[in-house]
Amino acid sequence: MSTLHTVNKSAFERNSLDSCLSVVKADASVLLIEDAVVCALKNTSICDSIEKAAESGIKFFALREDLKARGLSEQRILDQITLVDYSGFVDLVTQNDRVQNWL
Amino acid sequence: MSNTKTFVYINRKSPYGSVYALESLEVVLIAAAFEQDVKLVFMDDGVFQLTKNQDPADIGMKNFSKTYAALGDYDVNQIYVDEDSLKARGLTLDDLQPLVYEDEDDDWAEKDSITLVNREQLSDVIESADVLLNF
Repeated sequence: MSTLHTVNKSAFERNSLDSCLSVVKADASVLLIEDAVVCALKNTSICDSIEKAAESGIKFFALREDLKARGLSEQRILDQITLVDYSGFVDLVTQNDRVQNWL
Repeated sequence: MSNTKTFVYINRKSPYGSVYALESLEVVLIAAAFEQDVKLVFMDDGVFQLTKNQDPADIGMKNFSKTYAALGDYDVNQIYVDEDSLKARGLTLDDLQPLVYEDEDDDWAEKDSITLVNREQLSDVIESADVLLNF
């Protein structure tokens, strides 16, 4: 019984990702969409929290279309994060038992 | 010239996730048409507004990032980017699109519009404003 968490706000200005990571279970998936894709970048002030959570088993995804919109190339994305497109988003929803949207 | 005021626009939001970035750009272009002294500041997530190679076609939005390159033609050539904000986001000046203008006082030489600033310099930019607009 797993949960998909989606985050759509930048962690540089909102605490949505922090709140998400504070309650997320080790078997959960976290999908970064919209402005939250900026959290997926390497060498940032917030990447430690994602790297630490990924170590504990949480799976991270980011929406490719939102990265492309913002000119953020795949090479800039943390190795722990898998890129998905909109159909991959749908797959994640169907593979999990519920979706928690951290709006 | 006595009717000229200094307008400082402070941009702090990532593009596309909200409408702030696009609205700011529209207001800047309107103000520029009135021949005011215009300065733009990009700080916090606002620095993402200037990244190269933006392509929002797949999220169904218009690529307004190309419009920033036209600012120089509207005499909007004082663009301040906060260096700390870039650094915190793993970005450098090279990740931003180059913005230039032609200096009419220097034989139309092409010059950079973007100045990287620290917080102290940013404070001076804010203090220089007659009008502050935040997006």
